[in-house]
Amino acid sequence: MASGKKAAVTQPAAVGRSDGQLRVVGKAIRKVDATAKVTGATRFADDLFLPRMLYAKLLRSPHPHARITGIETSKAQALPGVKAVLTGRDLPIPFGILPVSQDEHALAIDKVRFVGDPVAGIAAASEEIATAALDLIDVRYESLRPITDAEDAITHPEPRIHDYGDGGNLHKLVNLEFGDVAEGFAEADLVREDLLFFEGSTHLPMEQHAAVADWSPLPDGKLTLWSSTQTPHYVHRALAKVLELAPAKIRVVATPNGGGFGGKSDPFSHEIVVAKLAMLTGRPVKITLTREEVFYCHRGRHPTLMWVKTGVKRDGAITAMHFKSLLDGGGYGSYGVASTYYTGALQTVTYDVPRYKFQGARAFTNKPPCGPKRGHGTPQPRFALEVHLDKIAEQLEMDPAELRLKHLVPPNSLTANWLKIGSMGLGECIRRVIDGSGWRQKFRKLPPGQGIGLACSSYITGAGLPIYWNPLPHSGVQLKCDRGGGVTVFCGSTEIGQGSDSILAVLVAEILGLDPFDVAVVTGDTDLTPVDLGSYSSRVTLMTGNACIQAAERARDAIASHAARQLEVPVARVAFADRRVFDLEDPTHGLAFADAVQLAEAAQGTIGTVGSYTPAPSPGRYRGAGVGPSPAYSYSACVALVDVDPASGIVRVPRVWIAHDVGRSINATTVMGQIEGSVYMGLGEALMEEMAYRGNRNVVHKIPSLLEYKSPTTLEMCDVVTYVVQDPDPNGPFGAKECGQGPLLPVPPAVANAVYDAVGVRVDEVPITPEKVFKALRRKEKGEPARYGPATFPEIAWPEPTRVPTPWEGGDGRAVEGGGRRATEAARRP
Amino acid sequence: MLRLPSFTYLQPNTLALALRMKADAGPEGTYVAGGTDLYPNMKRRQQEPRTVISLMTIPELAGCGIRDGGCAVGPCVTLTDLCAHPAIRQHYDTVAHAAELVSTPLLRNMGTLGGNLCLDTRCNYYDQTYEWRKAIDFCMKKDGHICWVAPSSPRCWAVSSSDVAPVMVALGAEFRLVGPNGERIVPAARLYANDGINYLTKQPDEILAEVRLPPADGWDAVYHKLRRRGSFDFPVLGVAAWLKWDGRRVAAARVVLGGVASRPQEVVEAGAALTGTDLSDEAIGAATEAAYRPAKPLDNTDFDLSWRKQMTRVYVKAALEELRARRR
Repeated sequence: MASGKKAAVTQPAAVGRSDGQLRVVGKAIRKVDATAKVTGATRFADDLFLPRMLYAKLLRSPHPHARITGIETSKAQALPGVKAVLTGRDLPIPFGILPVSQDEHALAIDKVRFVGDPVAGIAAASEEIATAALDLIDVRYESLRPITDAEDAITHPEPRIHDYGDGGNLHKLVNLEFGDVAEGFAEADLVREDLLFFEGSTHLPMEQHAAVADWSPLPDGKLTLWSSTQTPHYVHRALAKVLELAPAKIRVVATPNGGGFGGKSDPFSHEIVVAKLAMLTGRPVKITLTREEVFYCHRGRHPTLMWVKTGVKRDGAITAMHFKSLLDGGGYGSYGVASTYYTGALQTVTYDVPRYKFQGARAFTNKPPCGPKRGHGTPQPRFALEVHLDKIAEQLEMDPAELRLKHLVPPNSLTANWLKIGSMGLGECIRRVIDGSGWRQKFRKLPPGQGIGLACSSYITGAGLPIYWNPLPHSGVQLKCDRGGGVTVFCGSTEIGQGSDSILAVLVAEILGLDPFDVAVVTGDTDLTPVDLGSYSSRVTLMTGNACIQAAERARDAIASHAARQLEVPVARVAFADRRVFDLEDPTHGLAFADAVQLAEAAQGTIGTVGSYTPAPSPGRYRGAGVGPSPAYSYSACVALVDVDPASGIVRVPRVWIAHDVGRSINATTVMGQIEGSVYMGLGEALMEEMAYRGNRNVVHKIPSLLEYKSPTTLEMCDVVTYVVQDPDPNGPFGAKECGQGPLLPVPPAVANAVYDAVGVRVDEVPITPEKVFKALRRKEKGEPARYGPATFPEIAWPEPTRVPTPWEGGDGRAVEGGGRRATEAARRP
Repeated sequence: MLRLPSFTYLQPNTLALALRMKADAGPEGTYVAGGTDLYPNMKRRQQEPRTVISLMTIPELAGCGIRDGGCAVGPCVTLTDLCAHPAIRQHYDTVAHAAELVSTPLLRNMGTLGGNLCLDTRCNYYDQTYEWRKAIDFCMKKDGHICWVAPSSPRCWAVSSSDVAPVMVALGAEFRLVGPNGERIVPAARLYANDGINYLTKQPDEILAEVRLPPADGWDAVYHKLRRRGSFDFPVLGVAAWLKWDGRRVAAARVVLGGVASRPQEVVEAGAALTGTDLSDEAIGAATEAAYRPAKPLDNTDFDLSWRKQMTRVYVKAALEELRARRR
């Protein structure tokens, strides 16, 4: 594997008081939690056992869409060992991750909306008793016609799944226009339209969701919930709302997540149910979901149908783009409104798109709810756009790499939809993968059956706005220096395997001149740690990183001022490294870090500091401008090599070259791991992963098991050649940007483009299964269009567009008409 | 997490004791070897025995050795040990190859030859949890009355998913079954019935006590497996092809398909199309067509069924071409 740096790195102010060398940042460092993970010492939520603990199970709906006409629980309650039974009436207050979609109940009250929707909860002395009791609950249902997919939702506005939204079974409609798109198409030398489909997929974390609740009735009641959640702060809020408890009476502890990928970012039914059961029984209650139930929690990739039309000049310069998406949202809102906007938000962030129109629709359907999966709403349009560009390049007889390189979005610029681009390393990324893969010798030149494809992408480094509107910091850090020389850092962020605990340790170690293993990290505990919004949207390295740097710098300044007096040097010359505090000009003249802490503590009391981070406001001021802004955008370019067997249509991917602009690598090991992990997940979506349902069989999930939901094994995983491009962004800690989601995005389109290079057929949807390639090859043999993919985009009654002049049209970021206000506005309020 | 239900677990050390325990337990008793098939099924309540009788503690079921020119293999030999056994590797490489294609290394460490040969038939509608099956109102193989794969069908279409069974049928192996009324020897093909529920002719109280492989000379065999991934997955199509050579001519041939019926399905016409030929392209083409026509995959496994049918051609052809290449 190779790695490299783009240019001389600007020295951030954060390392001002040292010799200018980075001692920890950028090195390959063992994760602070790695030893515990590999030795089995880590205690996940299911590893927790409390005295007198009960076990909970959820009764789930066997119907995709039905009214509940009665629930009889007395038989279950009478079963020896059953301690409590809950139904929807016990938890009547709705919740949901977004303020505009408070549409979930911990247990269904009047209606169920998918097979697997929780209906009743049981606490019993053992899991076996709780399971047996499920069959003793008698629920009477009155079936309603199920809505099987997004197109079915459009043609069947009735029966409505929810009584809110943008009409019928459409949850959300978006219509945004930046600049005069018609004028842009008129200027084009070539206008091309394409239809593509991206199938839904799920996160598949190794750890099933689990939660333990404990209720201490004395002195005046305190609930503690341990849960495998990526967002303890939002769970805290949901518990307070639904249980009607003061937030101070609730403590949420995020246990280490055995993988999250976005699937543990919502507050969930099972978390609320165990909390209520603990309060009712006065005993701790645990629930561990089965793998099947994890499929029902879902919140994964939205199946998305996409139509894209782009006008280009002869040299490939884009004159205008019009993009439409139709998302199959499943039974509840979840993050879906944000997901819908995300399918249209980042098209402008990679290449120069001077005029842009986006129309997005999300449908309610009777399936487990979709939400944020790694890349949240952006891998689908990225797939569409990059395959579309590949076709445009072919029509223009241009090399697809050249086309992209010629029209990159400029760094430090504003896009048509008012996103602020900072550092932009995509050009370097493309050059790395082109050179590394031998692109020029291979593209359209490989023997039949072998092919090579290119795709690029960009992703946010944290969402610019919080999920519920507030002016508060997105991340807070407290730091405490111990007399012995150790430092403890406290932050609400959550370790989901991505290495966020290590980021805190590395940054504190860098600034205070310590070893990362001198730093104790306390995270994800609403009683102990300041709020961090959670491990989602690739926000943690940048946001907690900046908060952490601020706290560490404040501690460093406090210690340095007292050390300077002791060392009799100006404070500006005091440096921190190797667990010492010393004179920069005479490094032998200094004292141990622990001694320096003691000096400072003697002089001014306990050395504790805080830091926090709030992203700068975004220039976009139109309704919908909240989705897309980010402090910094990461960039990726990917080349995939494929082998396609023309007899079977089976596609194998022996190798992927990927370059990722991470701004600055904080921990070289975890950066590499995140990039490779993203490639793995992208490969699964490209080739096989599929949330398949049986529309004609009660809309059951076809395959809710680890065996039959196909995800690549080690044998299917390709070789990965990774290039880490470092184009530091002024907004990132030491210049760092994200790397945990972005590198997934270019993998599916790179594979699709490579399949075309190999056998000359277009599979315009993922997963690219052998059946689809085989059918496309058959069509090609018969002289029909050599393509497999969707045929039409349904008619949708879009609202009037929100028209926003672009920066180069003299706009100020506001809409001039539309504004997106609609009659349904009132219905959106909780 | 899915939990096993409570059950009584017995560990007899002789066949006679195992038979007695089964007689005592009655229909609610079952035998288990490695458990890699039974225990997940019990977690999903596909099988609900109250008494589980392990065969792993019976020494005579665990050996493997050359006998009477052939090879006698104990059914409780794990698949890992079977693959590694020198006599199997040297003389029955296709058996080792098929065993090596079963599931994953971890499951082969537990799973046994006998377990794979008696593997419960599988189906997308059956290999699901109790709650899932309840949501579609169960199927006739367990708790219900309908076959969801073919709703008008009077029979169950669950599919034979063993990798080793088609090879045993193709080789003409024999099985020794021991029951309360003594023992009997059955040809491999006769162990299986084309019914997703009653897929074995072995009586529930009989124990598969020995697998007898024919003497390893004068014939050759191959096994090709189609599945989504290179590990873990059951076959959606298995092709076992066996040939007896007479000089450069094919004296006899058998083509057996796995994953297309409730038993390993021999395609007699395919074998006939090869007999007497020198395995020319034409002969392979004729055998391939013969195998393709009757193959009727149903919507009971992974992959689209029409594609699976198309793949019968591709995989039978590849298997026969490999046999030809091995001859040269």
